Amino acid sequence: MHSEIIKPVKKVRGGVNVSHEKHTKDMQAKRIPAPETVTLPMSQHIGAPCTPTVKVGDRVLVGQVVGDTDKYVSAPVHASVSGKVTAVKEIRTATGLVSQAVIIENDGLMEEAEFTPPKVENHDDLIKAVRASGAVGLGGAGFPTHVKLNFPQDGSVDTLIINAAECEPYITVDYRECLDNSWDVMSGVHLLKDLLNFKRVIIAVEDNKPDAIKILERIAEKDDPDDIIKVMPLRSKYPQGAEKMMILSATGRRVPPGKLPSDVGCVVMNVTSAAFISRYVKSGKPLVSRSLTVDGSAITAPQNVRVPIGTEIDYIIKACGGFREPPVKIITGGPMMGTSIVDTHHPILKCNNAILAFTDKDRSIKKETACIHCGRCAKVCPMYLQPTVIHKYAVQKDVKSLLKAGAMVCMECGSCAYTCPAGKPLVQFMRDAKSIVRSEAQKK
Amino acid sequence: MSEENIKLTVSPSPHKRSVDTTRSIMLDVIIALMPALIMSVVLFGFRSLLVTAVSVLSCVLFEYIARKVMKRDNTIGDLSAVVTGILLAFNLPSTMPIWMVIIGDAVAIIVAKQFFGGIGQNFVNPALAGRIVLMTSFANAMSDYPAPFAWRNIAVDAVTSATPLSQMTSVYKAGDIDAAINAAGLPTLTNMFFGVREGCLGETCAVALLLGFIYLLIRKVISPVIPLCFVGTVAVIMLIAGKGSLTFTAYQLLSGGLLLGAIFMATDYTTSPISTKGKIIFAVGCGIVTSLIRIFGNLPEGVSFSIILMNILVPHIEHLTTPKPFGTLKEKKEKKEAAA
Repeated sequence: MHSEIIKPVKKVRGGVNVSHEKHTKDMQAKRIPAPETVTLPMSQHIGAPCTPTVKVGDRVLVGQVVGDTDKYVSAPVHASVSGKVTAVKEIRTATGLVSQAVIIENDGLMEEAEFTPPKVENHDDLIKAVRASGAVGLGGAGFPTHVKLNFPQDGSVDTLIINAAECEPYITVDYRECLDNSWDVMSGVHLLKDLLNFKRVIIAVEDNKPDAIKILERIAEKDDPDDIIKVMPLRSKYPQGAEKMMILSATGRRVPPGKLPSDVGCVVMNVTSAAFISRYVKSGKPLVSRSLTVDGSAITAPQNVRVPIGTEIDYIIKACGGFREPPVKIITGGPMMGTSIVDTHHPILKCNNAILAFTDKDRSIKKETACIHCGRCAKVCPMYLQPTVIHKYAVQKDVKSLLKAGAMVCMECGSCAYTCPAGKPLVQFMRDAKSIVRSEAQKK
Repeated sequence: MSEENIKLTVSPSPHKRSVDTTRSIMLDVIIALMPALIMSVVLFGFRSLLVTAVSVLSCVLFEYIARKVMKRDNTIGDLSAVVTGILLAFNLPSTMPIWMVIIGDAVAIIVAKQFFGGIGQNFVNPALAGRIVLMTSFANAMSDYPAPFAWRNIAVDAVTSATPLSQMTSVYKAGDIDAAINAAGLPTLTNMFFGVREGCLGETCAVALLLGFIYLLIRKVISPVIPLCFVGTVAVIMLIAGKGSLTFTAYQLLSGGLLLGAIFMATDYTTSPISTKGKIIFAVGCGIVTSLIRIFGNLPEGVSFSIILMNILVPHIEHLTTPKPFGTLKEKKEKKEAAA
């Protein structure tokens, strides 16, 4: 009997040991009643925003396209409830961006549009189908999935990495996907493998999820005569789940600055995204709902919920029993890379995987003091950067040195700021540095 | 809970922070220095506690005054002045006149630290700067070492005697090193290890300093690279200089302020490089300069000067050892890795 488990080829440098806080790991995602209205921003992904395709007063059905564009890097938006379009207006999303949004009043019927499973026989069919499904990276980044899959079919891209690491604290939706929808995960893996001719499929998961490893091992073993599907447990250390780190662990290859994973022959896909694609190919039902972890010390009943896209954060928190104590900080996404929000009326986007609300006691803000040159930020940086040095160049607006020091390589994982004893907002420093480089580039 | 009461903090990610602060790091260093402080009282009496206490108090006071005068925020809460105070005291003989201790503290905190912008900005280790000024100004007081346990015997005045290190210089010049060591009447190596020898009040007890070293390693306050490379370099050079004499090498490692310097002074964050490569260059440099001064110099001790000299070179070492960002490895190395 051959082993389905493989060890990482290369060790990821740096990183930090953040407490896992996976309180909701035993909770299957629960459907909560659909809200009375949903707000569907036209920009829920990296790339061009969609243009609304419906007018005020139209009746729409679940799964009907309400926004689309002919731009390539984008993904259509579908109605997540059935009902009447009450407004098409500009709103501000949780990330602070202003976007057109379609607001639908739920008629409570949840009447679905007619779904026809797409015919998927080759690579082109798959890309078309994935685009039509509205799929974006469900792990948090929100990059349109069909763009990721559109790589040259000359055999240069040989490795598919399924990302089930879920290294952010608190979040357990990918873990639950592995456990509760393991058939979808498996057929997703096979679908991608067969249509895209990967020579290897590596499912990466952190070793703090032994149950998921067990199930993924069975998935890797089934219907795999050539033994190309493998499971790779990773030491639980943040940020193991970052795309470039994952590629390094699985293949030993390093993605150069400004290049894509496909340039080193890899595609990395979130496990929930893979499962969604297989469901879509079977049913033709586009991305209209998603699972979220709702947790944090201010939440009365932390749990995983399944909600229509566009549901207000406030509504979801109320469905989880509301606040136990007054929150001082609410974030969408994980505590390391998530966005803290100004108010609770923002809609949930396709790429949001968690809502976390914290009380005063774990707001976790340090007083900013002088840098003592301890070097911890550089030691934990998985990208071999020296944040304090880059900050110095940014203050001097020295673009040449910024580029050389790798300011643009930073993925904002937050390990540096997490570890800084002086409480410096190092991630923000890095963002400043990047914007200086970008604005200088625009001037030219 | 009504929504109107909710006031949300908006801040950039990450939203979790480690518990370490500058203060907690400095507190760890202070804890690591405690075994050596206790041993200094055992060996040289309560005068060493007095010297240390005065040094700590004046450092904190000078820090407070300097920040106040310069109209900057008060930083005594970060405890770095306490660490400087203890380290400077550890580098003085227990018989040091109190007013001289205070002068040393003033130089350390006001000149070496605050004139350059306070914590994180000084280009040399403040405690060492203080020590060197005292050494060059009050050479006699600085080499007035009492014999260990002399404080218990009230009848005998504090006997001033040569330190093992100053004897080592003449030992080295003798032809047969091992014979010269026997003839010199040095303390036994066991006594050297437990600190029963003449010397500065905090530097003599190797075992106490090593305990502190282990504590700092466990608490991940320092990396072992600098102390190991520093002491290792001195060991290698002394082994060669001593024509393979292990006894000579052992005496060299246990005498003077080598362990105190390598563990607590050369590892100062502000004045040592960040990268491992840089740390190795820095520490090997310290080791070489220390050995050269000990063997060829007029002064018996070279640890302070070597660290200060390498402190000055740190910006250049940093510049040369900046790691390449992820994915920008040289092609050659990548090819090698692909082949492997």
